[in-house]
Amino acid sequence: MAEKKNAAVQPNKVSAWTRLKRSGTLYLLILPSFIVMLVFTYYPMYGVTIAFKDFTPAMGITNSPWAGLKYFKQYFNSYQFGTTIKNTLVISIYSIVVTFPLPIALALMCNQMKALKFKKIFQVTTYLPHFISTVVMCGMILLFLSPSQGIIAQLTGLFGYKLPNLMGSAGAFPSIYVWTEVWQHVGWDSILYIAALSSVDPSLYEAATMDGASKWQKMIHIDIPMLLPTATIMFILRAGSVMSIGFEKVYLLQNTLNSSTSEIISTYVYKMGLVSSQYSLSAAIGLFNNIVNLILLLSVNYISNKMSETSLV
Amino acid sequence: MAKEKQLVQTAVKVKKSKEDKIFDFFLYTIATIIIIIMLYPMYFIIIASISSPTDVSAGNVMFYPKEINFRAYAQLFEYTQLWTGYKNTIIYAVLGTIFSLIFNIPAAYALSRKDLFGRKFFTIFYLVPMFFTGGLIPTYMVVKDLGLLDTLWVMVIPFSVVTYYIIVARTFFVNSIPDDLREAAQLDGCGNLSYFFKIVLPLSKAVISVIALWTAVGQWNSYFNALIYLRDSELIPLQLVLRNILVSNQTISNMLTGAAATEAREMADLIKYAVIVVSSAPIMCMYPFVQKYFNQGVMLGSVKG
Repeated sequence: MAEKKNAAVQPNKVSAWTRLKRSGTLYLLILPSFIVMLVFTYYPMYGVTIAFKDFTPAMGITNSPWAGLKYFKQYFNSYQFGTTIKNTLVISIYSIVVTFPLPIALALMCNQMKALKFKKIFQVTTYLPHFISTVVMCGMILLFLSPSQGIIAQLTGLFGYKLPNLMGSAGAFPSIYVWTEVWQHVGWDSILYIAALSSVDPSLYEAATMDGASKWQKMIHIDIPMLLPTATIMFILRAGSVMSIGFEKVYLLQNTLNSSTSEIISTYVYKMGLVSSQYSLSAAIGLFNNIVNLILLLSVNYISNKMSETSLV
Repeated sequence: MAKEKQLVQTAVKVKKSKEDKIFDFFLYTIATIIIIIMLYPMYFIIIASISSPTDVSAGNVMFYPKEINFRAYAQLFEYTQLWTGYKNTIIYAVLGTIFSLIFNIPAAYALSRKDLFGRKFFTIFYLVPMFFTGGLIPTYMVVKDLGLLDTLWVMVIPFSVVTYYIIVARTFFVNSIPDDLREAAQLDGCGNLSYFFKIVLPLSKAVISVIALWTAVGQWNSYFNALIYLRDSELIPLQLVLRNILVSNQTISNMLTGAAATEAREMADLIKYAVIVVSSAPIMCMYPFVQKYFNQGVMLGSVKG
């Protein structure tokens, strides 16, 4: 809309060259980041060709012989293909189902609190875990879940329940990952929604109250509709990244006992590439994952474009 | 506006229906439970770190510390690797923040200008890496070819252009710096660069501090880049040291000499609790002071570009 207005202000069309000259000094501002991005992000894109080559470090990227789709086939045919994709999807979809709605619920709760002091305490304590680093978080998980000495085993022991070795059981891994994620980030992720709610016109609530609406009704009929646009954008972002779970936490929590559910694409790429030095295979898997992500994001965006006015790009 | 809202709400508060009372009861009960769930793990770590190791492993420490002592902390002080890590992290955080600002803020400003020729091209240029990257191995090789492996620079330059930061800052410039201001400045003969440095930057403290904070916290928390690009133990940041202690169970062997095996194991756990406290306390203590900026940041980020 703003752009239309701008176009209307300058009806006389200026030539491309004059516009280029006028922007001259602005390019200076872009230059530093442009170079860094070119070198460290765009230049490696050319390196994805090693996915199609028999790459050896001695020969370099250009001189290594072409191998066609050999490494893609190797990955698709390996037993790790199904496992890594399944694990990535399970953890990711589980995460979305749990960590997407909870911050919204928290924001709705927060918005209904009229005891300001309590609200403040509630907000500060729910944000706090966000500042624990991933490494420390994983250290805490390992300490807490230790079957013999961990605090959780001791607390359940009070009720006579003996906690199994959760870190050693493959079935528990996705739940551990997702629910610790909730603990750590639910408060933080709610800030966005709290902000969106704070910009709701107070007269809406006032009118609703005049009409005898209860708090619950106001929440359902005012707050939730108000959050929908923000939630849609957040959902697009999340859905688009369904195949890319952060490497860091999974890698730290992984062990040989739970690897049948914890080996995801990104940890496998890392292990193949930098641990086993199978560069081409690793690059092929990485590229495959990247393309899937891209397709996912574009299609989710397309769908949301069709459905509503809210979209990303 | 917040005040206005509050006024409306107090005016409305006069009579509370029964339905609303039940609602409030559940609201505050659930909220209290959430607060306890959030705080207890952190509280437990603190009390465990100052209790006697035998009591902690026997499960006698749950709600308050037993036999308060600071042995674990005393041992940590002698563990030099931890302090080297601390020092490195601070260096990376400071330098990383500086570079992040140098790279992202000016670019965001230029992109916010509707008269920038090629604006569409540059916007796409910065957006593409959000969706597609060369991947781990090719990036590693570029870093290696440039001789940046095992240097300080790999931690602060290559990954400091962040599209998301640029979008956030650009949105801020579009929404908060009026175009009229620039027109007025240009009439007074102010060029693009001096306008940016003398007028835009001083008006953009909010977005600058938000991005600085994001970068600093990101540096504080990250270990992935260090894991991949650093080998030299003199360069590794705090998080990697923490990983070795907390996750890889690398025992701090020289710290445990002479102790009986069980006692050594119990002590190792205790040291973990102390390490968690020592490494997380600074950022948690800083948090109340900078919270304002973080919240601001989330709101800036929420505005669609």
